[in-house]
Amino acid sequence: MAETPPPSLYAAREPIFPRRVSGFFRSLKWWIMGLTLGIYYLLPWVRWDRGPNLPDQAVLADLASRRFFFFWIEIWPHEFYFVAGLLIMAGLGLFLFTSALGRVWCGYACPQTVWTDLFLLVERKIEGDRNAQIRLLKAKWDFRKWRLRLTKWLIWLGISVATGGAWVFYFTDAPTLLRDLVTLDAAAVAYISIAIMTATTFLFGGFMREQVCIYMCPWPRIQAAMMDEGTLTVGYREWRGEPRGKHRKGARAAAAAGTATTYVETNLPEADQGTGDCIDCMACVNVCPMGIDIRDGQQMECITCALCIDACDDIMSKIGKPRGLIDYLALEDVPPPKESPERATWSPRPIWKHVLKPRTILYTTLWGLIGAGMVFALFVRSDIELTVSPVRNPTYVMQSEGSIRNIYDVRLRNKSGEDRLFHLSLSSDETLRIELEGSNDLSVLVPANETLLQRVYVTARRQDPAASSNRTDLRIWVEDVEAQTRASTATLFNGKGE
Amino acid sequence: MSDPENKKPIDDVTGIETTGHSWDGIEELNNPLPRWWLWSLYLTIIWAIGYTIAYPAWPLINGATEGLLGYSTRGEVAADIDAREAANAERNAELASADLATLSDNDALYRYAVSSGAAVFRTNCSQCHGSGAAGAIGYPNLLDDDWLWGGNHEQIAYTVRHGVRNEDDDDAHYSEMPAFGEILDKEQIPPLVEYVRSLSGLEFDAALAEVGADSFADNCTACHAEDGMGDPEQGAPNLTDAIWLYGGDREALTHTITYSRFGVMPPWGGRLSEAQVQAVATYVHQLGGGEADPDPVTD
Repeated sequence: MAETPPPSLYAAREPIFPRRVSGFFRSLKWWIMGLTLGIYYLLPWVRWDRGPNLPDQAVLADLASRRFFFFWIEIWPHEFYFVAGLLIMAGLGLFLFTSALGRVWCGYACPQTVWTDLFLLVERKIEGDRNAQIRLLKAKWDFRKWRLRLTKWLIWLGISVATGGAWVFYFTDAPTLLRDLVTLDAAAVAYISIAIMTATTFLFGGFMREQVCIYMCPWPRIQAAMMDEGTLTVGYREWRGEPRGKHRKGARAAAAAGTATTYVETNLPEADQGTGDCIDCMACVNVCPMGIDIRDGQQMECITCALCIDACDDIMSKIGKPRGLIDYLALEDVPPPKESPERATWSPRPIWKHVLKPRTILYTTLWGLIGAGMVFALFVRSDIELTVSPVRNPTYVMQSEGSIRNIYDVRLRNKSGEDRLFHLSLSSDETLRIELEGSNDLSVLVPANETLLQRVYVTARRQDPAASSNRTDLRIWVEDVEAQTRASTATLFNGKGE
Repeated sequence: MSDPENKKPIDDVTGIETTGHSWDGIEELNNPLPRWWLWSLYLTIIWAIGYTIAYPAWPLINGATEGLLGYSTRGEVAADIDAREAANAERNAELASADLATLSDNDALYRYAVSSGAAVFRTNCSQCHGSGAAGAIGYPNLLDDDWLWGGNHEQIAYTVRHGVRNEDDDDAHYSEMPAFGEILDKEQIPPLVEYVRSLSGLEFDAALAEVGADSFADNCTACHAEDGMGDPEQGAPNLTDAIWLYGGDREALTHTITYSRFGVMPPWGGRLSEAQVQAVATYVHQLGGGEADPDPVTD
């Protein structure tokens, strides 16, 4: 017996040439692509007047001065919990959509999907559809092939540069940066960011495509754990389609005539002919950007882009069969076996029953609660704020006349666009006196849009109870004299103790 | 291939090709990795080799290879420090010749002085005075309003520059309290302790204090003044306040009177730059106890 040569453990990428398709989901995806790309490319150019001293870019992550601007909202570094809250909401939203509708993120909104779709569009415009592309691949590298390939690559590169270029505009004033970029005056980090984003966009959208989803992205594996048998996802109605067979004209008129009265009867494979609805035309496979066969069932490679639904529906209506052989369906919606008497009265569960389940209700509730909490927190934010760090090295200072002094590092934030005079005071059940370093009248000028560190002294006289007790509660107040707003923070006064 | 013996081994259950490896009848499926993955592994290896040539990497007996780029973390820190110093040169020059009493009028320079003074303090002063400047027994607390040698800006800067009772700087503050154990009789000391305690409002023996008052007037008032308020010109502590550098209990006072104390501070004028001295004086002054500066002399 001859030794079997060991098989290769590595496989070259099989090129995929998705065929053009039209239909509801394809149109939906064009709209979503237009919307998401439009937002991405144009948002940095939207202006928003915030008055003097503040940037007028609507969405800006100002890393240098550590501020994040989003239209009327301004986030300071100490308010990072808003960003954390947004991330939690994004996570919960993803759980919600995945548990209800499967991998809709992958199929419609993931940048990898959207940009690949855009690159495929360019490819199709230049090289032609699937068959022309396959011919071109096999063709010799003559002038025409070079011309088509170079044109395609150049356009891809242009899109990539625009993509990398749009990214950096989110981090500094867009018009200024664009001018600096052109005159070569921009910071090196801007050029490096653009170069990296350009390279990844060009490579991932043009050449890596489904390889990114299958081998680089963790999400396909994570999502399998979030879906269940009730999740609506792109699938093949095997009970309806199998066994597959070549289409024979006129053989299925009865079904199209609509004489049947129940769901199953309408869709019933014609048992007497021995074949199901699937005519094995390979339309679903040819349009698939992942190069898979949805009829093999749920698989990790499927990004649920739903283009196979459009392709199959098109074929079904051409051969006079009901649409939905490939469809958004729940895996649990399988009719009883043919022999069962219940089959005649079986119908799939309504969609709302799939979507409304404890998990999705829980996700929606949590999502809504966090969202409401964040909106509330956003609206009760004050223009002025303070944080108090008691100096605990040492815990107290004895003055020469025997009084006890505590020192506090108070950070005063003036979030308004103009310089403000802040007045400090304290409230406590005990007798305590407040003083400010470098100010005689308990007032301090805080510059616009800045945090000021102010050293604050609180003193108890020798005979006061606070001087000899361990701890005394007090509250430090800050008041914006002009705007009549104030804020306070509770803290402690340390005495000599027992 | 036409030879049926050479067919790929296929797993019956999954229909996936196997590697041909079999353990107790369990076969290993072959789900091949993409080839670009293999290439990216080779690329990282090439990158790593290039990296070890460009950067310090291979350990030798004395140190390591230096790398073609000549990079070192020490060199980077040194360059960083140089860059900061160059960037601050102008401010430091301004600070070195500034009048500290009016420095707070120049907000930016004042803030620079406080924050750079804080850094100087933590590096050079905290060993004795504590990182929070609260001092310790024998090392003055710089947060309170009690100053041995004066607490306005110029006085603090002078003390930092020249130090106290050291032999390195001719302009250092100097004074020396005699060890009264060699001057007074042993029995004279406890009454003196009681009198000194009475001055600062501590609990005391009235009968003994009355006796001690006389020896205080004879021996101590030259420096500590008749009312015991001390004299910042001589670094003589105020004995009437609540603050005791070496402790106010009877044992500590007896020790102080009998053997005297001789607290030393080195001069920092030579070790720190003039800008650093000015900065640290500004920092210490704003810690809580800084005294008002004298009005400028007008002609």
